[in-house]
This record gives sequence, structure tokens and C-alpha cells, in this order.
Amino acid sequence: MTFRMPNGAKLADKPTRRDFFKSGAAFATMTLAPGVTLMAFGGSAASAVVDAGKRWGLLIDTSKCADDCDACVTACKTENGWEGNGDAERDVQWIRKVTLRNKATGHESSMPVMCQHCESPPCVDVCPTGASFKRDDGIVLVDKHICIGCRYCMMACPFKARSFVHEPVNNQKPHAPRGQGTVEGCTLCVHRVDAGGIPACVESCSATGNGAMLFGDLLDPTSEIAQRLAEFPSVALRPDLDLNPGVRYAEI
Amino acid sequence: MILTRIFLALCLFLSAGALSAADGVGPDIPQATGEPHPEGNDYMRRWHMEMLKHDRDLTMYLGIRPTDTSLAECFECHTVRDEAGTPVTVEDERHFCRACHDYAAVKVDCFDCHRSTPVDFDEPSPHAFLTRGPRFRSWGADDPEVLLAYLSQVMTEPN
Repeated sequence: MTFRMPNGAKLADKPTRRDFFKSGAAFATMTLAPGVTLMAFGGSAASAVVDAGKRWGLLIDTSKCADDCDACVTACKTENGWEGNGDAERDVQWIRKVTLRNKATGHESSMPVMCQHCESPPCVDVCPTGASFKRDDGIVLVDKHICIGCRYCMMACPFKARSFVHEPVNNQKPHAPRGQGTVEGCTLCVHRVDAGGIPACVESCSATGNGAMLFGDLLDPTSEIAQRLAEFPSVALRPDLDLNPGVRYAEI
Repeated sequence: MILTRIFLALCLFLSAGALSAADGVGPDIPQATGEPHPEGNDYMRRWHMEMLKHDRDLTMYLGIRPTDTSLAECFECHTVRDEAGTPVTVEDERHFCRACHDYAAVKVDCFDCHRSTPVDFDEPSPHAFLTRGPRFRSWGADDPEVLLAYLSQVMTEPN
């Protein structure tokens, strides 16, 4: 289809140059009928950063997590541009500090809780639009372009890891878009991970000297996190649900 | 009939760029800085949304981030500044995107979630626009004088 402008200038027929050659991935395209084009990703494993052979995860050693420290929460706020509004009913919380108390012994342990990046995430099961999804490398995200803000995922999540944005937002970080009417949660700092980095919370935890958080590939037997998990006992939160979270806790 | 109308509306939108504001017809498109797009302005006017939409899925699902088209990059050149030299957000009707979108009455959802100014700019709170911004024009209930006048009028009116 060709559009002609009133002054006779001719418009380009299709998005060609940038879309197909400069965006970094190869595509298979096929014109099925005029105006209907089938496009498929493929043949560009080198350029796709998401690797199905990896599974990103965290190991949190609660014995090293100080009760009064919330460096991870602060770092997450700074990195992703969110802040609590002080209203517990509507507060945004990508990550929060939780204190667990053993009723029998009185032993208390403090730990950060965020999206547990489950292998079989209930939030993905219930999402009516497919906005809640798991990347091939195990990171669970919300595609806010198709999120309708129904909040089923928030109800389904046993960890209360997601929050709903109730109010208009400005001044977002370019890597962490967030807006009114959508659900959001920990992204495992996916923008940093894609660039070969580690999440902001883990980085800040090391910076405090506590070193309670460890990030890495659970499927790589040579990674520090996999070795630590193999060597020492650790638990998943709510193991009864059999969700196999990517975030595991030691010394609870 | 509807198709014809849509087509006419589209033509009107597309022709907007061709007509200068001096004609009194078409939007007044803010001047950009930097190098012009190699594709040409006509191409950008017709396809900018497709380019962004395509790349957003690459980033979201495949983690490909150094894409060639990104919304954040748009504002490196397409930033409108107010009298004080401060970049204006999309709440301001002088914003680059709004020049055409307001004219064509096409709602743009991007900025519900994305920032509408360059990365290094500290955008003001959106709450300021809830009552005063052009996006949320009210009949004046936020102005005490207007409100009082309205209330006194209502109270004195016979039922």
C-alpha cells in the first residue's frame, strides 16, 4: 500500500531499514496478503541475550542479613525509580524486609523478600492477557504493554511480591517504565543482567559488607551460587507449594 | 463509509507535516536538534510507532537492549523547552509529541509508563497536573473562588 501526500511526495511503503536490519535481530518475514505480514524471530541466537540454558537466581543467607539494614530496598528504589507512599494499603513494594519469628523458640531472622522468580509461577498461570510471563532464563516479568491491571497475579502470588500502581507516575527510569493501572514487581534488575551485571540489591548488600545476597546462574554447576546451594542446606519459601523459586534462603 | 472517513483522517494527519503552520493549517511542529533522520521526515511520521512497537518486544522478551529505536532516544533531539529552558513533559501542550497528536486527536499512551523528557531531567510530580495541567482541565472546582461562586449560586437558586 502506498500513501500519497497531497503535495505529491510519496511515502515509504513499509518499515524496512531500521526495523529489519538495525534492531539487532534477524527476522523471517513473509507477506501473506496485502497489508498482512508474518514476522518471526529466529536465526539470531547470538544477538538474543535471553539464554534458555540459564536460570538466574538468588541465594539469601539470613544469618548475614542485619535486622536494621535495608540497603537492598534503598538500592532497588534508586535503581528502578519507585518509592513507598507511606500508605500500607496501596504501597508499592518491589522488595521489602521481612522478619520471621519461630513461635516455638522465639528465634527471629530478618530477610529481604521480593519476586521469587518461580519455575512455575502462579502469577503467569492466572494472567488473563499473557502480560505476566517468564523469560526463557527464568526471570518473571510483567509486560505492561498488555497488562490491564486486573491484579489477579497479585492475588495468586503467595509471596505478595507484586504491587499495583494506583497513581500517575512521572520521572521513570528509561529501563524501568512504570505507570498507573499496571502491576509491577522485582525484575531481578533485568536490564543489568542483560548487560552482564548483577541486581542492584545484591550489589548494595556486598557494599555494606554483609554479603548476604548472592546472584548467579542456578543451572551452571561451576557458578558460585550453584556450588553453595549444592554444598549447604537452603530452603524455598512456601516449599509446600512446589513452585521451585529461583530465590532461595539459607539459615532461616 | 467508515473506511473512507478513516482514510481521510489519515490523509489529514499525514499531510499535517507538509503544510506549514504559517498557512494556519496543520500543527506547529517544534524544531528538533541534531542530525535529521536518514529515512526522512515522511517516513518517520508514518512509521515511528511501528518502529517503537517492534523493538519493545525484542527488548522485553529477548533482552535485546541496544536497539536502534528507543523512546528515550527520541528526546535527545525532540525536546521542547519552556521559557526557563526546562524541558516540558507531555502534560504540557507544547511537548513535541502533542503537536501532532493533539491536532489529529490521536491519544498517545506511551507516557503513562515512560518518561517524556530526556533522561537527565528531573521531571516534576504528575500530581501538579491533576488539577492544573491541560490534561485534566476541570470546570474550576479546584479554584476556591469559582467553587464558592458556584455554591452560592446553587444555594440561592429556587428548586
